[in-house]
This record gives sequence, C-alpha cells and structure tokens, in this order.
Amino acid sequence: MNLLGIDPVLLIASLMVSATPILLAAIGETVVEKSGVLNLGVEGMMIVGAVVGFITAVNTENPLLGFVTAAIAGALLSTIFATLVLYFKSNQVATGLGLTLVGLGVSALLGKPYEGIKSPTIKAFEIPLLSDIPVLGPMLFSHDLMVYISILIVALVWYTLKYTRVGLVLRAVGENHDAAHALGYKVIRIRFMAIMFGGGCAGLGGAYISLARVPQWTEGMTTGAGWIALAIVVFASWRPLRTLVGAYLFGGITVLQLNLQAAGVAIPVEYLSMSPFLITIAVLVIISARGNQGAPASLGRLFHASS
Amino acid sequence: MIRFEKRLKPSRATTILTPFVAVLLTMIAGGIMFAALGKDPVEAIRIIFWDPLFDSNFADYSRPQLLVKAGPLILIAIGLSVGFRAGIWNIGAEGQYIMGAIFGAAAALAVYPAESALIFPAMVVAGALGGWLWAMIPAILRVKFRTNEILVSLMLVYVAESILASVAQGVLKNPDGYGFPGSRNLQQYPSAFNEEVFANSGMHWGVITAFIAVIFTYIMMTRHIRGFEVRLMGEAPKAAQFAGVSTTRLVVFCLGFAGAMAGLAGMFEVSGPAGQITIDFNTGYGFTAIIVAFLGRLNPIGILLAGLLMALTYIGGELAQLMLGLPGASIQLFQGMLLLFLLATDIFTNYRLRFGGAH
Repeated sequence: MNLLGIDPVLLIASLMVSATPILLAAIGETVVEKSGVLNLGVEGMMIVGAVVGFITAVNTENPLLGFVTAAIAGALLSTIFATLVLYFKSNQVATGLGLTLVGLGVSALLGKPYEGIKSPTIKAFEIPLLSDIPVLGPMLFSHDLMVYISILIVALVWYTLKYTRVGLVLRAVGENHDAAHALGYKVIRIRFMAIMFGGGCAGLGGAYISLARVPQWTEGMTTGAGWIALAIVVFASWRPLRTLVGAYLFGGITVLQLNLQAAGVAIPVEYLSMSPFLITIAVLVIISARGNQGAPASLGRLFHASS
Repeated sequence: MIRFEKRLKPSRATTILTPFVAVLLTMIAGGIMFAALGKDPVEAIRIIFWDPLFDSNFADYSRPQLLVKAGPLILIAIGLSVGFRAGIWNIGAEGQYIMGAIFGAAAALAVYPAESALIFPAMVVAGALGGWLWAMIPAILRVKFRTNEILVSLMLVYVAESILASVAQGVLKNPDGYGFPGSRNLQQYPSAFNEEVFANSGMHWGVITAFIAVIFTYIMMTRHIRGFEVRLMGEAPKAAQFAGVSTTRLVVFCLGFAGAMAGLAGMFEVSGPAGQITIDFNTGYGFTAIIVAFLGRLNPIGILLAGLLMALTYIGGELAQLMLGLPGASIQLFQGMLLLFLLATDIFTNYRLRFGGAH
C-alpha cells in the first residue's frame, strides 16, 4: 500500500515521533492554564530544554540524563516567569514573551560550541510481545522510551485532574482564585508548582527535538513548536486526552508535509513548510467559532490577596 | 514581614523612574553575564553604551546608525503600544514588517526601470497596505470568530517568513542576479531609493515618519476620542462597553494601525538600509519593538527614548562582538533581560512595599 511513495506504517510511526515534543509541551501548558495562568514562554523553555539536554547528553553520552537535566532546566527557567507573574504581579502576556526572548538568547549562547555535533540518541524500546504484532508492532510499539513516557504523562495528568483531590484544588484555583483563596488554598503556591510542571514538560519536549527528532543542535531549532503547543491547548479545550489527539493530528500534518517535500510534489517547499501554521490557524478558528468552551474562568487574571 | 499593598492611584514618579532602574539592573546582570563569559564587565558595558556615541574611532559611523536602527523600532513600537494599551495583543509585528517590505518592494519592482516622483509615494502606500492587510487576518478572525489574536498573529510570522523565502527566490528575484536569491537592489534605483534626507545623519524617510508617528499618536492618545476609547478599553473594559465603545471597531483599528506602522517600517528598511528583499531580510525588529513599547511605558515620548536606547544596544552589541568577541546571542539575552527586569520593577507603580503585618 503506497500513496505518493508514502508508507502508511512509517507515516504513523513517524507522526508519533514528530508529535511528541508538542505533546509534552502542550500537556504541561494545559496544567499551567488549568491553574489559571497563561505562560507564553513555552517556546523559550523548550529551546532551553533542547540545548541543556543536548549538552548533557553529549558530555555524559547518556541521552536519558539529558532528558532529566532538560526537564530541570525548563522548570528552573519557568520559576523566573512564576516569580514575576505571581509575586511581582507582572502582565502574563508580556512576561511570557520576555521569557521566550530570554530563552532564545540563553540557548544560542550556551549552544554555540556544540553546533555541528551529533548527539547520542535513545534506542528504540520494543515492547515485548506487542512489538511482534505485524503492522501494528512496528507502527505503535517500537518507539523510543520518551514516546511512551509522553503518553504516560498525558494519562497521569488526565487522571490527576479528573479524579484526585490535587486535581480538584488545581481546577478550583484556575476557575475562581478568590473563592479558592477564601477556602484556604494557597493560590500562589499551587500556581507556582503548576508553572514549574509546565516548564519541566516543555524542557522535556525541547530535549526530544534535539536528542531524538533531529539529534543535533542548531540555533532556534524549535521553530515555533512552543507556539503550536499553545494552540493545541486551545484546540483541546483544555482537556488532557484531547491534547493527545491534537498533537498527533498536528504531527501527522508535519510528517505528511515533509514526505511530500521529499517526494518532490509540484508544490513549492515554502508553501508546504507554512502549511502546519496555516492549518493550526484554521483549526483555532473552527474551535473558537464554537465558543471557547472549557477555558478556566480565571485564566490570565491577576490575583492579589488583599487580606 | 514584607508585603505589597495596592496603591489607590498608580504612582507617576515610579512610572517614570522604573525604566531607569530596569536599565541599571540589566547593566548589572549583564555585567555578571559578561564576566561569566570571561570578559571585563566594565569594558563591555562601556563599549555597548558609551563608545558608539563618544569614542572618536567609532562615533562617526555609529551615530548615524543609531537613527537607522531606532527608526523601525520606534515606528513598530508606536503602532503596537496603542493596541497594548487597549489590551489587544498583536505580537506578530515581525510578519507585518515582512509583508510591508514585500509589498513596498514589489510596487517599485513592478514598474522598474521607469523613473517618476510618484514611485516612492506609491511604495509608501503599498508598504502600509501590506502590513495592514496582514494584521487584518488576526483582526477579522478575532472579531468574527473570537479567535485568539496572540496566537494567530504570531503564527502568521512563520507564514510571512515562508512567503519571504518564496518571493526572494521566485517572483521578486533579480533577473540579472546570476541566479542568486534576492531582489534587485533598490539603492541603485533612484526613484525607489529611500535616501538619507541629510547626508551622513542616518535620517532617512522612515526615521522622519517615525517622529511624525510619535507626535500623531501622542495627540491621538491625549486629545482625541479614539485615544480615550483605547485607554478606557484597557483600564475598564466593562465601563467601555457601557459607554458604547465598539470592541469590533477598536480591535480592527488597533491591529490595523500596528500593522500599517510595521508595514511602513519594513518598506522603509527594504528601500533604504537593506536595499533588497532577501531570504533573511527580517532581523527581529518586530519582536524587539515589543520590548521598546514596554520600556517606553506605552507612552509615545517614552517609546522615542526607548527606541534610541535599544538601537544603542544593537550598535554597541555589534561593536562588542567586534572588539571583545562577545557572542551575538548575548545581546539578544541582554534585551530579553531588560524586558523581564522592567516587568519586575513595574509592580512599584501600582503597589507599595509595606513592612510588618496587615493593619
């Protein structure tokens, strides 16, 4: 079965790989926004994760350690945002943008000596038995560990938000911070943790780009993935399981587009490479035309405990 | 215990003071960063902020460059500031800047090599139109479908970059360019060349337009009903609704104004300092202008000064790259830090520090 020289098994396998960075960043941002904070610094946290993970992996020859440090780096960077927004009550849109600018600068500075080096990549982790199933095996069950971890994180976030006390408190803070504060919940502390979780996830997502998808470091290599992750959150109506759908749909478009480029279809490369962004805009329009259901009521609003 | 207490009214003094404090803090943090990179921090700061203006070796070249770099920054930031005041977040000025440049250059190249005094004005109109049209996409989507203008305007930057790459290698490519990507050089096309108005001053038509935009916006924001509506919408959206301010009209106006200003900046850049449409024509003015707008406290006069300061960091940064071998990215980081410090110090305009518990 071949369409324009594109093998569907390979297509689905590679769309899972291409969707993983966005999925990781989007699920982290979902938690942040569920707590009522809009962090536009995803792109910056991703790229810092990408460079820190890459540097660690190259120096220790251990890609898994790279992912760990990338998550820590993303979380650390997000504390700048959290401090400014929560304690200094700065504007969330502007602060998020500032974080992106700083992240891009820091990453370019740190990554300069590492340009042109190949990183050690993580090996495929073939799930016993499942990976032996014909067609489905190589398609779904022969990926590297991070692909499964990302799905696991989505499942955990979904479960936590829906069925646990922690999730309930987090959602209460995001829906009505004054009421949550009146009930005695520590709004600022909960939001701080949510932002750090989002930073860690974005860092992981960035590292997945530099350690698995490209295995190389180039300046500004996330090329808008963080912004697309933000759009996926809206697309998913702030629901964890729908982010999975959104990210995989988007991954599919990206892979298809790259395959079409490689297949030499008579569409100029520039038009193909802008297509993911155009499709994201189109999807945003469709979603918003229905009304932004599910947006946390306190999203982006300032919280100041007067007493 | 230290805590913040809300002021009854924003403090005027701190509003003016905080940008200076932020610049100072950035210099200190930047100095630490330069020291970490193994450079003498004091020398680095001096090269960035002092030498471009006053060192006899560089000042002749750098002083005109100050206006060349400040022009587009001020023009774009002025446009953005109006929307930011109303709570309308256009962060895709970079894309509108690119489209303005493409439209402006296309208008000139369409009639090449004809010479006429009408060509340059036509380019100005085309440039503004290009940026305006590109900003109308997020505006209309926001008004019709309530789509988030932040994400749409930002996504369109990537689309505009793709279009830029496409035209630089396609329709606008120089037919006499031996196959290299990039358009004809407008500096060699007298009717389209955005020449310096005074020789060696760096003052081209874009800089003059920026100054006019500053004055125009100042009058609009302080004296005109539209400026009042913008401020009302930003400070008390509910009151604005009751007063009958049309959100639709305001969104279209703010995004359109910012788009047109960014488009103009792009057009003046391509017809002057840059000269031609190339794949890497855009250099991030659209994003730096966001910092300029905030550093200038969204106030036209403030933006004028902030634009000049930011232009100085560009020129000083290039000089520091040359003299000290500082990586180019450190200046980018420096500018980003400035924005964060500014936002951090911002709290003192609306809150005051209190020591001790609540009373």
